[in-house]
Amino acid sequence: MMADPSLCASDASPNGDQPNAAEPSTPIIELDHVSRVFEQRRRRVKAVDDVSLAIQEGEVVCLVGESGCGKTTTGKMIAGLIHPSAGEIRYAGRDIWTMGKAEFQRYRLAVQLIHQDPYASLNPAHTVYGIMSAPLLQHGIAANHRQARERVRDLLSTVDLTPPDDFLDKYPHQLSGGQRQRVSVARALTVSPKVIVADEAVSMVDVSIRVSLLNMLTRLKRDLGVTFVFITHDLAVAKHFAWEGRIAVMYLGRIIEVGRTPQVINHPQHPYTRALLSAIPEADPRITRTKERLQLRSLDIPSLLNIPSGCSFHPRCPWFEEGLCEVSVPPLADIGADMRVACHVVARERAKEAA
Amino acid sequence: MSDLALLVEDLWVEYPARRGVVKAVRGVTFEVHRGETLALIGESGSGKTTLGLALVRLLPKAARIKRGRIMYYRNGTSQDILALNAEELRRFRWQECAMVFQGAQNALNPVLRIEAQFLDTARAHGLSDANAVRERAVELLKMVQLDPQRVLHSFPHELSGGMRQRVLIALGLLLQPQVIILDEPTTALDILTQRSIIEVLRRLRAQLDFSLIFISHDLSLAAELADRVATVYAGAIVEIGSVYDIFERPRHPYTLALTRSVPTVTGDMHPLASIPGSPPDLIAPPLGCAFHPRCPLATDQCKREEPPLERVGEEQMAACWHWREVNP
Repeated sequence: MMADPSLCASDASPNGDQPNAAEPSTPIIELDHVSRVFEQRRRRVKAVDDVSLAIQEGEVVCLVGESGCGKTTTGKMIAGLIHPSAGEIRYAGRDIWTMGKAEFQRYRLAVQLIHQDPYASLNPAHTVYGIMSAPLLQHGIAANHRQARERVRDLLSTVDLTPPDDFLDKYPHQLSGGQRQRVSVARALTVSPKVIVADEAVSMVDVSIRVSLLNMLTRLKRDLGVTFVFITHDLAVAKHFAWEGRIAVMYLGRIIEVGRTPQVINHPQHPYTRALLSAIPEADPRITRTKERLQLRSLDIPSLLNIPSGCSFHPRCPWFEEGLCEVSVPPLADIGADMRVACHVVARERAKEAA
Repeated sequence: MSDLALLVEDLWVEYPARRGVVKAVRGVTFEVHRGETLALIGESGSGKTTLGLALVRLLPKAARIKRGRIMYYRNGTSQDILALNAEELRRFRWQECAMVFQGAQNALNPVLRIEAQFLDTARAHGLSDANAVRERAVELLKMVQLDPQRVLHSFPHELSGGMRQRVLIALGLLLQPQVIILDEPTTALDILTQRSIIEVLRRLRAQLDFSLIFISHDLSLAAELADRVATVYAGAIVEIGSVYDIFERPRHPYTLALTRSVPTVTGDMHPLASIPGSPPDLIAPPLGCAFHPRCPLATDQCKREEPPLERVGEEQMAACWHWREVNP
């Protein structure tokens, strides 16, 4: 339990998360010990618990986890839609909740959220043009409808809805799921955001459409240099979208592992990440039938109303050690190779290796 | 064909809609052998759920079976499902063939404890010995990795989604049906829960003697569990073969495109190929081969003539004029 204190140091400093410590630039988004508690009939649900993460401009970070892990709440807090119960969220170094009105509005435009369900997030009573021109006119990006129309056409082409004139006057119900999601992306782009928070943006569409959406988002990221916070439950999708970025794995409100995508995918350290990766069925009968599985001690997912003591994964963890794991919460500790892992056992083994 | 459990021949199902007639199932033919697992793989709107519902004649009232034959075989006897009367059908469902629906989490009666749901089902099928039913329920719940004492006395809302899915699988097996149909058995479940359902199904198949048909959009589930896989596109089976044929030597361009478009977690990055265009409209499916507007191999013939499902390998059939050019 007495891990080398230097291993845990990064948890105290929010900048410890920087991908390259030599890089002095201010992260575009920074979560500094952020928590969020929801009150539910006088019961407290801790949806996000002490999350620290710094995201550099142009970076792709995937938040990955199962339902109830807090990834969506974290995304909404990054987009400024939910106030944290504790901790600070900074945009370009400035605490978003102490900003003045004008500055806060600039931040809200700079950070756009794309929702999971394009059936619910587009107003069914408005045409594609209506949906997309509203932010352009509202924020004075287009001076009049003629300009707005031009800009909407450009944006529709950017998201591969071509020819754009075919789509301008359509209502959402006249579009397929994939097309609606493209409209959602195009709408987010109307205000030239610096950061896009995409919450399960490709989960609701069919396999054949998913790839073209993912490829389109990849192209946007490259061409526009947008910073992406990509939220998904699907590690395969995370791997493909963020191969050059990072993955942060969440469990019951906490980040339990974060690192470069190839590292996390090919050399996961935390037993939960390992269990997840080994559990995923693969679309290849030979791989999937011979893959080594990490057995959990319990299949039951603990309730957020009653989060287990110490490491919240301990009741299910195959590496559980009594007297250690249920006693104290493991800090998200630096273990080298740009990886941070919140596990007592991993930290101890690393400390042994280092000694 | 003594080991045949189910035979579907030239099945056509239609729904009337405001814009016209939805041709949800178009001339489907396939067979399922005893003890075999067949996966029907297709995207939303491909007609795969309608096909599953037709197999137990649970189609919505508006739907019409235009043509075709569904035969069940058991102990040397056969039954023509489309000719059964209401009473025969009631007996057939659950005793011969059970279906576990998509979103099964909502299929349990919310005001009954699990035990009562087992007893009700048994009673409806003439089993009045409550103790025997209870015993069987305990046995089945253990097989699906649940704690019978806890689960039997719970209400559905007290169980997690994965637990409810396992209860339904156990309930489906109560009357020892020969065929089980699962519609999207792992969709909307978390990864670790999905894994437990897969392991449960695998174990059940090893322990009990039944055929399994599962319907899913998830190719990886087919790769995990299926002996044979059928690809469904625009209401028709466009390819059917062993799981290895389908994943390693697909002969239909759509199957090939599907298998290439799914990202894998294991290993390094491979570029993913996308399928251009959008899924077909089942009210006015494209003429000729329904896949031709999205197919890289399409020729004039594909636009005019619909290719038949033909033998392309020992155990493999595909409906493509150009199957020889796919994976040559």
